[in-house]
Amino acid sequence: MKILTGNDLKTGAVTWWTGEGWSLHVAEATDVGEHGDEIAARENAARRVVAPYVIDGENGPDGPRPAHIKDRIRALGPTVRLDLSVKPADPDAGSYVI
Amino acid sequence: MYKYDSYDQAMVDARVAEFRDQVRRRLDGSLAEEQFRPLRLMNGLYLQLHAYMLRVAVPYGTLNSAQMTMLGDIADKYDRGYGHFTTRQNIQYNWIKLEEAPDILADLAKVEMHAIQTSGNCIRNTTSDQYAGAIADEVVDPRPYAELIRQWSTFHPEFSFLPRKFKMAVIASDTDRAAMRLHDIGIQIVRNDAGELGAAFYVGGGMGRTPMIAPCINAFVPIDQMITYSEACLRVYNRHGRRDNKYKARIKILVHELGKDEYTRQVEAEFAHLLTQNIEPPLAELERIKAQFADPPFEIALDETVDRSDPDFAVWLDNNVQVHKAPGYAIVTISLKPVGGIPGDASADQIRLMARLAKRYSFDELRVTHAQNIVLPHVRKADLHAVWQQLDEAGLGTPNLDKIGDIIACPGLDYCSLANARSIPVAQKISERFAGREQEIGELKLKISGCINACGHHHAGHIGILGVDRKGVENYQLLLGGSEGADTSLGTITGPGFNEEGIVDAVEKATSVYLANRQDGERFLDTYRRIGMAPFKDAIYAKDAV
Amino acid sequence: MVETQLRFRDDEPAGDPAVTVDSFGEQTNASAVRIEPGDDARVLLPHLDRIRLVEVNFPVFGDGRGYSAARILREAGYAGELRAVGDVLIDQLAFLRRCGFDSFAPEHPLNAADAEAALARYPEVYSPTVDGRPAIWAKRHGLA
Repeated sequence: MKILTGNDLKTGAVTWWTGEGWSLHVAEATDVGEHGDEIAARENAARRVVAPYVIDGENGPDGPRPAHIKDRIRALGPTVRLDLSVKPADPDAGSYVI
Repeated sequence: MYKYDSYDQAMVDARVAEFRDQVRRRLDGSLAEEQFRPLRLMNGLYLQLHAYMLRVAVPYGTLNSAQMTMLGDIADKYDRGYGHFTTRQNIQYNWIKLEEAPDILADLAKVEMHAIQTSGNCIRNTTSDQYAGAIADEVVDPRPYAELIRQWSTFHPEFSFLPRKFKMAVIASDTDRAAMRLHDIGIQIVRNDAGELGAAFYVGGGMGRTPMIAPCINAFVPIDQMITYSEACLRVYNRHGRRDNKYKARIKILVHELGKDEYTRQVEAEFAHLLTQNIEPPLAELERIKAQFADPPFEIALDETVDRSDPDFAVWLDNNVQVHKAPGYAIVTISLKPVGGIPGDASADQIRLMARLAKRYSFDELRVTHAQNIVLPHVRKADLHAVWQQLDEAGLGTPNLDKIGDIIACPGLDYCSLANARSIPVAQKISERFAGREQEIGELKLKISGCINACGHHHAGHIGILGVDRKGVENYQLLLGGSEGADTSLGTITGPGFNEEGIVDAVEKATSVYLANRQDGERFLDTYRRIGMAPFKDAIYAKDAV
Repeated sequence: MVETQLRFRDDEPAGDPAVTVDSFGEQTNASAVRIEPGDDARVLLPHLDRIRLVEVNFPVFGDGRGYSAARILREAGYAGELRAVGDVLIDQLAFLRRCGFDSFAPEHPLNAADAEAALARYPEVYSPTVDGRPAIWAKRHGLA
């Protein structure tokens, strides 16, 4: 599957395209198929996202998951500061990126 | 320390207003991201892996306590309670909001700080010796010369769209503590036989994917021509540096492709022309700046003895305290490398504590080192125990300066969008693996980069580690034999790479070879240079006996 | 031809079309020349007395060679019009002015108010150039 991601223009937060808007959680991402670039251009022009790009993803038990480690770290947060990640209460959250 | 006058303040204030306006234009749509990007970069604002990141300049690594306190307060107010000190003597915040970035710059301007030219294809923050003004081996304090360069390079109209970034370092000792020859321009302030001061220019050094040690292109530029000579070096680079390939755009490639002699010839021709243009500040300006770097009022006839009866304190003394030029004083290096910690990170509270210690014990001064530590440059020996106690209570008393646990590491794939592999977890594992054995192993500079851009200086580590992406999996290459000091050398790759566990084991094997082979007084680097790569390679890649 | 949006001169603009640096040497009657980023501005120095307009092209704003070209011409005494053309953006104007440009023909017109604000932004300058503005150091030491 193809996932569209970027950062929120104002806050810089990592965001994922859900089909209707942008979420902080990759599990809510939608498969953009062939339409990633087109959505990215539109959302970029509307200043709802900065530096959007399309990545490969795979469907897992918890929903979409980026195929490459770099985007998995983007989805989670720094593995060395899990207290600042999207799963601050999960001590094993770091295993997600491997 | 340098104090802004109304001119300096007006320039920084104007910059804040300018950036506020640029952010407004970005948010209202009049600036597209591709136009805004170079503008935010020239104010140190990156878009990183998780958020915007702000890099704040610490010119030549020198701070007073009010500035350091502000850095702590910014971490709390605008970020997530911590900052990261970098190998270029700067500090980075990882969780910045674009909307708030102008307010941060305004807060910095209140304490004579800024983020000007901490990124972009321009002349970056000038670095220097972290012991400047405190160490006995310097010809002069190099910082006034760095300040002169700071002012010259700030908003330089001709050199703000160079082929690539441009880093300068200024030192004034034969002992190089600033990796001077690994900069685009390294300047060593020297004194000639007639007793006159001059600047030796080393041009075309750098790390990155093509590491090079800068050759000396002019061993003595008269001190009142240093700026003009710098301008000549930059103009030749701006005109002829490669712009067709960003990986070949640094000045080191130009110097290499033209050859040192031809590059020097062009610089000298440009220099001769620029001397007619009267662009050099008068010596009076240098004197004005120098006066502000005068020694603090050191007390005389202080007690030289230090009570070493506390064994933990004694270890710290032996590791983290250097000889000061003034009797009764010492230079303290605060390690930001606790066992298992994140190299270079400090919490807001730790930053403010270091500020308070500087105010009370170090004539209001601190330094950031390129090895990502903090220095209190002027501490009375009689105060060392009190300083250590307060540092130790705050987790800042790790006695490991220049030991294997004092690791330089870039942020790596945990934070950086350019990275190919994580650096910090490797640093943490090595630091934990060797905890308790650091003193036995002695001086060993270990440096880790998470990609080929080499922000973690892996080429210059006695042991260097380079993280690469091998088909989507983190992989680590090992290098041996690099050094960044007066004996600058580049490390050599041992062979095939390792996974995260494997690289820690490989470092263990390398240190074992060293311990088995070292002769009296040899550091790891000395033994490596004497016995060569082969025994290390044999041990590292030996098939385990069954 | 792109219109000149900003001009800081009182004389009549040159009417001739600008020729390339290569053909300029052969056309002894040409009075306007266009410098591309890879051109060496110094080849024009023997002919400055017959040049009324130099256009310096910025195909992309990040290519800063034109800044050096401009200063080289001004440092050699060129007093004619020096026009920045191409990808010229608001936030470059002040630096371009300081390097000696006195007219601007941006590919995409600039917001006039923002351009004016950008040019007036910095009250002082650290480095002297050919624009005649005294450096801060000169003011500090009574040299200006």
